[in-house]
Amino acid sequence: MSAITQLSRLFKFNGGVHPPENKLQSCALPIRRLPLPAKLVLPLRQHVGNLPKLRVAVGERVLKGQLLAEAEGTISAAVHAPTSGIIASIGEALIPHPSGLPDMCITLEPDGADEWLPHAPLDWRHADKQQLTESLRSSGIVGLGGAAFPSHIKLRADGTSGIDTLVINGAECEPYITCDDMLMRERAEEVVRGIEIAYYLLGAKQCLIGIEDNKPEAAAAMRAACDKSEYPLQVIVVPTIYPSGDARRLIHVLTGREIPSFKRSTDMGIQCFNVGTVQAIYRYFQFGEPTLSRIVTVTGNVAQAGNFDVLLGTPVTALLDAAGGALPDTNDYLMGGPMMGFSLPSAEVPVTKATNCIIAGAPKLFPEPEPAMPCIRCARCADACPVNLQPQELYWFAKSSNLEKARDYKLFDCIECGCCSYVCPSHIPLVQYYRFAKSEIISQDRAKQAADVARERNEFRLMRIEREKQERAQKHAQKAAGAKTEGSAAADGKTLEDAKKAAIEAAVARAQVQKAAVEPKNVSDLPPAVQSEIAEIDARRSDAALEVEKMQLKKTIDTNSVADGKGNEAVSQASPEPTAEK
Amino acid sequence: MTRSPYLVEKTSVSIVMLKVLLALIPGVIAYVWVFGTGILITLALATVTAIVSEALVLKLRQRPVMPFLLDGSAVVTAWLLALSLPPLAPWWLIVLGTLFAIVVAKQLYGGLGYNPFNPAMVGYAVLLISFPVLMTQWPAPGVLAGAHLGFMDQLAYIFGRHLPAGVTLDAISSATPLDYLKTQLTLQHQVADITQSSIFGFMGAKGGEFVTAAYLLGGLYMWQQRIITWHIPVAFLGTLALMAGIFHLFDATQYASPQFHLFSRAAMLCAFFIATDPVSGPTTPNGKLIFAAGIAIITLMIRQYGGYPDGVAFAVLLMNLCVPLIDMYTQPRVFGHDK
Amino acid sequence: MLTALLVMVALALFLGLMLGYSALKFKVEGDPLVDRIDAILPQTQCGQCGFPGCKPYATAIAKGEADINQCPPGGDAGVHALADLLGVEYKPLNAEHGLPKPKSVAVIDENTCIGCTLCIQACPVDAILGAAKHMHTIIASECTGCELCLAPCPVDCISMQPIAETPDNWKWRYPVFAIKPEAPQIQKPQTA
Repeated sequence: MSAITQLSRLFKFNGGVHPPENKLQSCALPIRRLPLPAKLVLPLRQHVGNLPKLRVAVGERVLKGQLLAEAEGTISAAVHAPTSGIIASIGEALIPHPSGLPDMCITLEPDGADEWLPHAPLDWRHADKQQLTESLRSSGIVGLGGAAFPSHIKLRADGTSGIDTLVINGAECEPYITCDDMLMRERAEEVVRGIEIAYYLLGAKQCLIGIEDNKPEAAAAMRAACDKSEYPLQVIVVPTIYPSGDARRLIHVLTGREIPSFKRSTDMGIQCFNVGTVQAIYRYFQFGEPTLSRIVTVTGNVAQAGNFDVLLGTPVTALLDAAGGALPDTNDYLMGGPMMGFSLPSAEVPVTKATNCIIAGAPKLFPEPEPAMPCIRCARCADACPVNLQPQELYWFAKSSNLEKARDYKLFDCIECGCCSYVCPSHIPLVQYYRFAKSEIISQDRAKQAADVARERNEFRLMRIEREKQERAQKHAQKAAGAKTEGSAAADGKTLEDAKKAAIEAAVARAQVQKAAVEPKNVSDLPPAVQSEIAEIDARRSDAALEVEKMQLKKTIDTNSVADGKGNEAVSQASPEPTAEK
Repeated sequence: MTRSPYLVEKTSVSIVMLKVLLALIPGVIAYVWVFGTGILITLALATVTAIVSEALVLKLRQRPVMPFLLDGSAVVTAWLLALSLPPLAPWWLIVLGTLFAIVVAKQLYGGLGYNPFNPAMVGYAVLLISFPVLMTQWPAPGVLAGAHLGFMDQLAYIFGRHLPAGVTLDAISSATPLDYLKTQLTLQHQVADITQSSIFGFMGAKGGEFVTAAYLLGGLYMWQQRIITWHIPVAFLGTLALMAGIFHLFDATQYASPQFHLFSRAAMLCAFFIATDPVSGPTTPNGKLIFAAGIAIITLMIRQYGGYPDGVAFAVLLMNLCVPLIDMYTQPRVFGHDK
Repeated sequence: MLTALLVMVALALFLGLMLGYSALKFKVEGDPLVDRIDAILPQTQCGQCGFPGCKPYATAIAKGEADINQCPPGGDAGVHALADLLGVEYKPLNAEHGLPKPKSVAVIDENTCIGCTLCIQACPVDAILGAAKHMHTIIASECTGCELCLAPCPVDCISMQPIAETPDNWKWRYPVFAIKPEAPQIQKPQTA
């Protein structure tokens, strides 16, 4: 009943489009499990944020649910073994990313035993909330709607956070995708239990579950499950319009509140989770299971579209095979929906936490784009833009690389939903221009930051050199006053210089001998992550060595009153490092 | 290569332009009914000129010819110009106007999507300034004319200025109501008396008002097809009616009624087809309102105080000048931003 | 005649006073030119321009002693930005000062390094860590790729490594905006 009264209070956002849904194909069969594949490739980066830190080595046997990589820093997520097996390799492999570039991955060869690491449920109703959210850090749970933002950060609020509204996103507005639909139909109980946990942890006062009206079965199942809940959970059916599944859009539709551009919904007392995410939270607290699998829709140009419960790391090819194989005219594989998804560099890439849908593409489904005509300023794109941007203006600025202007016209508010490109009569790839402009601006900003740091460090160095010069001049003056002979000091300096040169030459000779004897291990062939790790370790090591050196030098200086210019320099050289490094 | 969105609506510039042409059909039919089949000759002549000149210039500019010819924008320009010209205008006037519209106003500025001014109105304005007599010589609508010209007669007149024996120019032509109103007002006559003349119909010009009504019909179709939004027609017609109404209330003896202004000459054509040209118009919703209101005010001012009977072309061109400024100051509020 | 002259003089005086007053009153406290030029320069501190660093080069440009096209790391975009700022004509990079290279960082082969500290002294941004007779390491994130450490190294253990493209720093490309030429000329195979 509550849902019906709610309907009258729904809000509308600007624009939106109604692309053909194509959801029925993959809803015919229940969610199926996949046979264990021969190998699982687990990218370390399956989430937004820092790369997690490796916790296993090649050759190690791991159990199902064992931690493979640990969250590093605030925004990061852990990676676990989806099944028991041997770590076959750790290195670069193709990942599902629009760049088509490889990234660090752990390859796991399953042993077929599927042996669990001992795990236990958490009594979330009686445990300390702080501890619960702490433990979520090691759950590896990220937003499963596709954004893959680590969930432990969003749940960190402990009742004093001011979160009053929990919004659960079951809108699933993209065409073709049905994984959330099927999850709600078949596992509504689990989803609702998960919502209860989130509700409890956040100390929310109301919970709105938004489901588009093209999923009546899912809404009914969720409603039935919610009725049994002790919390005031409301299932709200929202009109089907793309992109109502975008978190900010859905929050607006359900509550009428606009999240300010540079704030997160958390700041406004609203927290939004995808239905898949809350189900994962439930599995974690109820059974102690970290995120090991997810539901993926496999559809498009395949023999038998459907939804699968897939272990993370499963190659896309295995998934396609389970869907009866891609049909012969398949020419592309998309991850995500046809509006916002991207082409996979290969069908060998693994399923990650962000993989909600795999679509086999064919010319008959997604025809080659027609040649672009000039913009006729018809403003159809502006009418369709859910953020109320002026896409035609942004297009001019992006096209002419007028990046500052593009930023002024709020380029970074663009959610890349593709509505503008969808309606454009001139077939202009608008979103691609925005992506280009955005990444160009981001890289320029990074370069600017790096330049600022370099300037600062250079200025500091110049200042330091100046200071040292003055100090040395002072010391010389003092020494001259003490020894009363200027010439001898200069001669001293000269001999010292010569001795130094001789020492360097000797060292060169030694090094050459050494180099000839043992060819150094080839550091440059290692992947960058390993290299940076080595660099880090070495940096730490040399830092420590520096400290020792500094102490020794200080001692020598203290005991030996003769000022050694060079040695002194080494000390002062080293001293600014920790401050400048920040 | 990622190119999402992979789905696109079935639409194209050609489809949009074809729908505009389709929306003009009722107007053309009404035109034929009122003024005879000569307009078909004018339309055909303008269309051929537009296509040929566009193709030639594209070739000279070394741009692909076919995609731009097929987009249909040149034909739309040609039709709009042809429908604005007096019927039975000599052939070279039509050719000259179309050439100027396509070559100078459109292609020299960069072709489709780049012209700052409405090409059809540029062509019209050039002709009006250069050949004021020819451009104000309107034939009488069929219901009033003393003699009827058949298709062949009209053809002969357009190409050779030959009239059939026994027919004089005076017999087939008449002053248009806007002209008549203006000249009679200067002779100290009152509006109520002037509009008693037989050339006035229920709303605007006798006969001509049906053509304008047909344009309104076509405009509604374009709005229904989402080729135009409501902003420009509503703001244009609303402002025109409001301003004319105020003047009319203020002094009914000197100022014609709002419905006369709405249904005279190019008002409807402008509201739905000319002012709504997307390339030379503003893109923001508020910008469209300001733009259209500006056209209406200038049109009315020229009609009432200017040297020309109708001011739509000049009004549109003047407002075209303001489009970048209007767009800049009417950026809508972006979701999640205060302003 | 005299009235006219007097009026003109009075007008000139008045306007001149107004101008002078507003020049003082509404004085725009802009960045000094050197800082604004320095902000455009990439801060590589490589000295390829012939000056000992970016700031000295910026100073020289501001004084008109150096041309704007002497900074290879800034690339064409940098010259354009300088030309815009200074209101002068753009000119292509002067090849005498080197050619733009992909951004790289210096890497020390730590097995060969003898710990002579010469590179440490050469580094303009203190991005090399180490002490005498101890192996040195370059902090990659601070390295500007200026190559100034290469020359002093007595054992040639420092090499420049281009920064590889990763999913992290990867950029979306400029979309191909092609209006297809009329019917591509495809050679039809002879069926005979």
